[in-house]
Amino acid sequence: MGAHHAWPKEGLARVPYWVYTDPEIYAREQERIFGGSSWSYVALEAELPNPGDFKRTFIGEKPVVVVRDKDGSIGVVENRCAHRGVQFCQKHLGNVTEFMCPYHQWTYDLRGNLIGVPFRRGVKKLGGMPEDFDPRNHGLRRLNVAARHGVIFASFAAQIEPLEEYFGPSMLSLFDRVFDGRELTVLGYSRQLIPANWKLMFENIKDPYHASLLHVFLVSFGLFRADQPSKVQMDRTGRHGALISWRGEQNRTEDNADMKSLIDDFRLRDPSLLDPVREFPEYTVVMTTIWPNLIIQQQSNTLAMRQLITRGPGAFELAWTFFGYVGDDEEMTRRRLRQANLMGPGGFVSIDDSEVMKFSQDGVAPYPDAAGVIEMGGRDWKDESHMVTESVIRAFYSYYRQVMTL
Amino acid sequence: MEEYVQHIVDTLALSAAQLRLELEELYSAYSACLDEERFEEWPDFFVDQCLYKIVPRENFERGLPLATWLCESKGYLVDRVVAIRRTAVYAPRYVRRMVSGIRVLSIRDGAIEVRANYLALETLQDELTRILNAGQYRDKLVVEQGRLKFKEKLCIYDSLLIPNSLVYPL
Repeated sequence: MGAHHAWPKEGLARVPYWVYTDPEIYAREQERIFGGSSWSYVALEAELPNPGDFKRTFIGEKPVVVVRDKDGSIGVVENRCAHRGVQFCQKHLGNVTEFMCPYHQWTYDLRGNLIGVPFRRGVKKLGGMPEDFDPRNHGLRRLNVAARHGVIFASFAAQIEPLEEYFGPSMLSLFDRVFDGRELTVLGYSRQLIPANWKLMFENIKDPYHASLLHVFLVSFGLFRADQPSKVQMDRTGRHGALISWRGEQNRTEDNADMKSLIDDFRLRDPSLLDPVREFPEYTVVMTTIWPNLIIQQQSNTLAMRQLITRGPGAFELAWTFFGYVGDDEEMTRRRLRQANLMGPGGFVSIDDSEVMKFSQDGVAPYPDAAGVIEMGGRDWKDESHMVTESVIRAFYSYYRQVMTL
Repeated sequence: MEEYVQHIVDTLALSAAQLRLELEELYSAYSACLDEERFEEWPDFFVDQCLYKIVPRENFERGLPLATWLCESKGYLVDRVVAIRRTAVYAPRYVRRMVSGIRVLSIRDGAIEVRANYLALETLQDELTRILNAGQYRDKLVVEQGRLKFKEKLCIYDSLLIPNSLVYPL
């Protein structure tokens, strides 16, 4: 990297804007972060209940296919034919007995083994593959796979710590709070293309400071306010983080007089939109960011995986999978679906985030040599029992800089 | 065809040609209301007990219940308008809706089932106009106080990958 890639001398208290735009940085991220020693979220087991079920998805920008084998085990292979690189799987979800590339009909079993090469022996003794061509050397590249309580992760790294160690004890206990072993059911998908660097999405969910200011809707209905009990929590590396809050007394006080966005007279015409019931122990909202591509959303009763799929330095796809539990009664399912109105590309709350992320990208891209100021709550990073902090963003960049050697 | 024409004549006292004109007029007025950002008037196109949903086609076809927007009463529609006006933060934009191919599918129990194609174009200030959303309306209309109103309006969209956000109604 050139001299222009020197991190500002203030350290974690600054984020230089070239990290959001530079193609070299983006390429290095693909190699070291998404292609490196990390567990990326790829699917829920509930999306692939039967042998032969597959889901086409991405890790970073690399296309992969998650598939359930005949024996019920889950595999993840690159969505790239071993012959000439064709992205052979084109459907989001489906069921197959084998994968066949349409170009030259090379065929693979569900484990990615090459089982058919048309005209391998030639036609009328002409042509064909060389004598020593061994299909065993030309299967689809398989990724490392780990699953816990119905959630599937994959890694390009051959050697990587077990998923549970990767999470660390504090993140694992938050994960197990939602994924407690109950069977999941998918409620539906939402997809949006956000014209901003992928890290801005992580910063957003690692930033409780903005939530009580930007999100007037949340504030107005007491769903999230700076004066309510809350905390931020991280793993020992700083790469994962969680914003946690729970309901408390909420009145207009001197402490929240700064929240200009508070609209006291705003009442929902149809209050059934927000009719949360206590479902999980202790906390009302837990938003967890799992390095490098997952946000787990538990906002009252609406549950979703938000998967980040990078599309160059200036854009990413946010793929939402909303889910519930197989045992949910009709009323609970209805509640989850209604509260989903807060989230997604048309969400009462999420619209603010996707719009502001674009404003961020529009602001930082033309000024690569400037830097963001990340000093709320100090200049280091640690768990905190309040939300007036940017500690979790500093933690993220502390780990990011190690992986990226920046 | 003849059967339902007769039915319309009987129940709504309209001829098929009149109904076609009424629908043409209604969908034009609906689009104009939204294109001109008269959002406060938008809920009045619906009856009180209505259903309005914007749904990705992949969910619709797989029978998955999740909607991008879910409004289960006129009150929900009013709440969406209040959010657009007072709480949501978003870049200034114009959205223009094109509706074509309005077809009556059936008339049953006093409700007219209508389908139409729609296309919503979005223009941000510094950017070229782009397609925001393309899909099909699957509507159920009823007559309330002499006016055709939506009892149900589903916007099933093909454009699964939404360019950033869906701020205004379709």
